[in-house]
Amino acid sequence: MRKLLIWLPLVLFLGFIALFASGLFQPDDRIIHSRLVGQPLPAFSLPAAASDRPPLASAQLATGQPRLLNTFASWCVPCAAEAPQLEALQKAGAQIDGIAIRDARADVDAFLKRNGNPYARIGLDARSAVQIALGSSGVPETFIIDGKGRIAYQHIGDIRADDVPMILDRLRAAQ
Amino acid sequence: MIAETGLAALWLAAALALLQLILAFAGLKGGKPELLAAVRPAAVAQGVLTAIAFALLVTLFLRSDMSVLLVVTNSHSMKPWLYKFAGAWGNHEGSMLLWVTVMGMAGAAVALFERALRRDTHMATLGGQAAISLGFYAFLLFSSNPFARIDPAPADGQGLNPLLQDPGLAFHPPTLYLGYVGLSVAFSFAIGALLTRQVDAAFARAMRPWVLAAWVLLTLGITAGSYWAYYELGWGGWWFWDPVENASLMPWLAATALLHSVTVLATRDALRAWTIMLAVVAFSMSMVGTFLVRSGILTSVHAFAVDPTRGSFILALLALYIGGALALFGWRIGSVREGAPFELVSRETMLVVNNLLLTVILGLVLIGTLYPLMTEAFGHKVSVGAPYFDRIAGPIALALMVAMAAGPLTRWRKDRARLVGKRLLIPAAIALIVAISLSVFALGRIGILPFLGLVIALSVGVASLAPLWKRNLRRTPLFTYGMVIAHLGCAVSLAGMACDSAFTVEKLVAARPGDTIQTAGWTLHFRKIAPLAGDNWTALQADIDVSRGGGSVLIHPQSRFFASPPTTTSEAALLTRWNGQLYVVLGEEVEGGRWQLRVWWKPFVTLIWLGGVMIALGGAMALVGRERRGWLMKWRARKATEVAA
Amino acid sequence: MKAKHQRLILALAALVALIGAGLLAASALKDEAAYFYAPNDVKTKGVEPGKAIRLGGMVVKNSLKRAPDGVTIHFNVSDGKATVPATFSGIAPDLFKEGSGVVAEGSFDAKGTFIATNLLAKHDERYMPRELEGMNYNETTHEMKAER
Repeated sequence: MRKLLIWLPLVLFLGFIALFASGLFQPDDRIIHSRLVGQPLPAFSLPAAASDRPPLASAQLATGQPRLLNTFASWCVPCAAEAPQLEALQKAGAQIDGIAIRDARADVDAFLKRNGNPYARIGLDARSAVQIALGSSGVPETFIIDGKGRIAYQHIGDIRADDVPMILDRLRAAQ
Repeated sequence: MIAETGLAALWLAAALALLQLILAFAGLKGGKPELLAAVRPAAVAQGVLTAIAFALLVTLFLRSDMSVLLVVTNSHSMKPWLYKFAGAWGNHEGSMLLWVTVMGMAGAAVALFERALRRDTHMATLGGQAAISLGFYAFLLFSSNPFARIDPAPADGQGLNPLLQDPGLAFHPPTLYLGYVGLSVAFSFAIGALLTRQVDAAFARAMRPWVLAAWVLLTLGITAGSYWAYYELGWGGWWFWDPVENASLMPWLAATALLHSVTVLATRDALRAWTIMLAVVAFSMSMVGTFLVRSGILTSVHAFAVDPTRGSFILALLALYIGGALALFGWRIGSVREGAPFELVSRETMLVVNNLLLTVILGLVLIGTLYPLMTEAFGHKVSVGAPYFDRIAGPIALALMVAMAAGPLTRWRKDRARLVGKRLLIPAAIALIVAISLSVFALGRIGILPFLGLVIALSVGVASLAPLWKRNLRRTPLFTYGMVIAHLGCAVSLAGMACDSAFTVEKLVAARPGDTIQTAGWTLHFRKIAPLAGDNWTALQADIDVSRGGGSVLIHPQSRFFASPPTTTSEAALLTRWNGQLYVVLGEEVEGGRWQLRVWWKPFVTLIWLGGVMIALGGAMALVGRERRGWLMKWRARKATEVAA
Repeated sequence: MKAKHQRLILALAALVALIGAGLLAASALKDEAAYFYAPNDVKTKGVEPGKAIRLGGMVVKNSLKRAPDGVTIHFNVSDGKATVPATFSGIAPDLFKEGSGVVAEGSFDAKGTFIATNLLAKHDERYMPRELEGMNYNETTHEMKAER
C-alpha cells in the first residue's frame, strides 16, 4: 500500500506530461482568420509610399492574375525579417504589392534600400484606415488576392522560409 | 559591448553551475572535503554573475540601445524611464533572465547564510540548486537569448503593450518571481534531504525560513497582481481565474500547505514524507505555471508571445526535474523512518486537515485549468470559467477557514475535543449573532456564499486573535504574533471578498456634461470631457465632481489611445474611502452627445488587499521572529559556555 | 486508541475528502461543459428561463440597436442555424462589433430574449470562443460555416 502511494505522484505526473505534450504538438489551429476571406477587397486608393514605385488602388489588384498584397512598415522588425521570403516569392513569379502602415516616405525608401524591394506598387496607409478595413490587426500580414479582386487567403504574421511553398501553392490555387 | 559582457556573464554562470554540480556530488560520493570546499564559493560567484547580467540588461533598456533585439521589440526611446526599466522584464527573454537571476541569487544566499543544516545535506542542496539552474541557463542561452543583437539597428523601438504600461505591472512580476523561484530552494532542500536521507526536525527547522521568505513574496506578488487586474482591466473584478492567475495561485497553495507541514515536522518530527512531497510539488507548480503561460497551450488575457519550440524546451525541463525528483522520492523515501505518532485530537491533526484542504483546492484548480487541454485531446473544445472555480474553491476555502480558527487553539500531540470546543465558544457565538443579524437585515439580498463568507470572516477574525488571550503580550514571541496577524489577514481578506460580492452597488448611465448622477449615497456631477495628451498616448478625460454629504473631489476616468502599437484602454478612476471604493469607468460616446459612465460603489473592497498585505506581514514577522530566536539561543549558549569556562 | 487506529481514521477521512472533492469537480465540470450554448442548441435543446449560461455566436449585421437610455443595446446572435435576440446593459468591449464573434454570459427571460450580464472579449481581435473555433461567418448571407 505504502509502496503504491510513494510511486503514485510520479505516475500522475507522467500522465500530465503526456497531456502537455499532446497539447503542445497538436497542429495549431487557434488563429482565427479574417472574415473577409472569400470577400471582395474593400475599395481604397492610396498615395505612393516610396519614391520609385507607383501608388496603389484596390482596382489595380483585380488584374485577372492572383497577386500578393503585403502590409508592412519600416518600423516593424518582423517585416525586415520577412523581406528575404518576399524576395524569394517574387523570384518564383509572384506579383507583390505593398501597403506601408503608419509610415513616412523617407523611412520607407530607407527600409526598401536596406531590405530589398519586391513590390510592384506601394500604397501609403498613414492612418491605418485600410489596415482596419482589411480586418488585420498587426504588421506584417499578407493577403492572396485572386484575379477578380477577392481575398483568397490571409497570412497573419511574417512569412517564414517554410511558408513559401505553401503560399505559392495557394497562389496557384487562387487562379 | 554591454550586451556581449552580459552574455559572457551568463555563460560563465552556467559553467560555474556545472562545476558546482560536479564538485558537490563528486565530493559527497568520494568523501573529498577539498572538493566540497569549493561548492559554496561557486554558488556565490554564480549569484554575482547573474546579478551582473541582469543589471546589464536593465542598463541596455535604460539607454534605449536599439542595436539589441529585445530592446527594439519591447521598448521605445519616447517611453517614460520607469517603463524602460520595467520593459527589461516585461517580456519573455527578460523575464527568463530574471528567473535565472533570482535562482542564482537564491543559491548564493543558501551558500552564505544557511548555518543550521547538516554539512552533507547543505552540499547536496547546493548541488540540487545547481542542477535546476543549469537547465534554465540552457533554456536562456539556447532558445531565449536576451542579449541578441539586430543588424542593422532600426531608428527606434516598437513600444510595449500599453496595457502593460503601468507602475503596478512594473513591480508585481518581479515580486511574484522572487516567490516563484524562491520555492526552488525548498525543492533543492528536498533533493538534498532525500540524497542524504536526513528528513528530520533539524532539517525542517533549516528549511522553514526559506519557505517562509518565498511564501511572503509570493503572497505580496499575488496581492499586487490582483489589485493591478482590478484597476487596470476596468471590469470591477479582482480575480478572473485566468490561467496566468491560476499559475501564480497554485504554487501559493502548495507553499501554504508546505509552510504548515514543515512546522509539524520541525516541532513534532511528524509528516516526514508528506513535507518532502510538498516541497517538490510547490516548485513544480511554479514550473508548470511558467510552462502553461509561456508555451501558449492555454489562451489567456495576458499571455506572452507564443512559441512552440520554447514550450517543448520547458516541457523537457519539467519532465527532467519534476520526474527526476518524484523518482528520487519514490526510490529513497521508503528508507526514511516513519515520523512521530500523534493523537486524533491534536494540533497535528488540524494541520493535516489544513494540508488536505489546501491540496484538494490545488488539485481542483489544476484540473480546472487543464480541463480544456484534456477535452481538446479528445476532440472537444470546452472553456472552463469562473463559475467552476467559484463553485469548487468557495466551499472548500470556507471549510479551510473554519479549520484555521480551530488549529491554533488546539494543543500539540494531544488535546480533548471538549476543551477545544470550549475555546471556540466565543467565535461560535459571534458567528451566530452575525448570521442572525444578516438574515434579519439582508435576507434574500445576498447569496449563500457571501453570507457564509461574512459569518465566517467575522468569527474567524475573532478566533484568530484568541491565541493571544490571557497571555503576557510582551513575552509572547514575535512568530506567534506573525501567525495571529497572518490568520487575521485571511479573515480580513475574506470579509472584503464577501462585502464586495454582497453589497456592491452598480450604476450605468449615459450622461451629458452638466448632468448629475446619484448612486449609493454619492452624488456625481459630470463637468466636462476634454482631450489630453500624455507621454506616449492621447486620451479623452472626463472631469467628475463626486461628493457624499461633505466637500467634493474631482476624479478623472479616461479612455486612452496609444499610437505604437495602436490600442485603446480605459483608465478607471478610483476614489478610496475608509469604508469602500468608488470606481468610475468612462465608456464610449452615444447619440445626443452623451457618454457612457459605469459607476460602482464597492463597500470594504480594499480589505481584500489589506488582508493580503497582512498575511505577508505575518509571514515576515514569523520569519524574523524565528531567526532572532535562533540567534538569541546561540548567543546564550555561547555565553553559558564562556561562564562555565 | 492505538496510534495505528488513529492513522487509519485520518487516512479514511482523507479518502472521503478526496472522493468528495472529485465528485464536486466532476459535477461542476459537467455543468461547465453544459454551460455553453450556441443559438441552435437553444432552439433544439431549450434552456429554461433564469438559468445562467454562456451564449456564443456571431453578432448579426444590422441587428445592433441602441436603446434611448444610451447604455442598453439590442442585438441578435446567430450561429447560422438559429438566431437569438439578446440585450446588454453596460459598456460594451471595444472589440464588440457587428459581424464579430461574441460570448455573452447571462440568462433568458420569459419571452426568450437573452439578458446578457457580461460580454466577454479578450484583448485580441482574433479572439473566438473555443467552442466556435473554425467557424466562419458570411456577412452577406448571414451564414456560418466551418472553415474546412
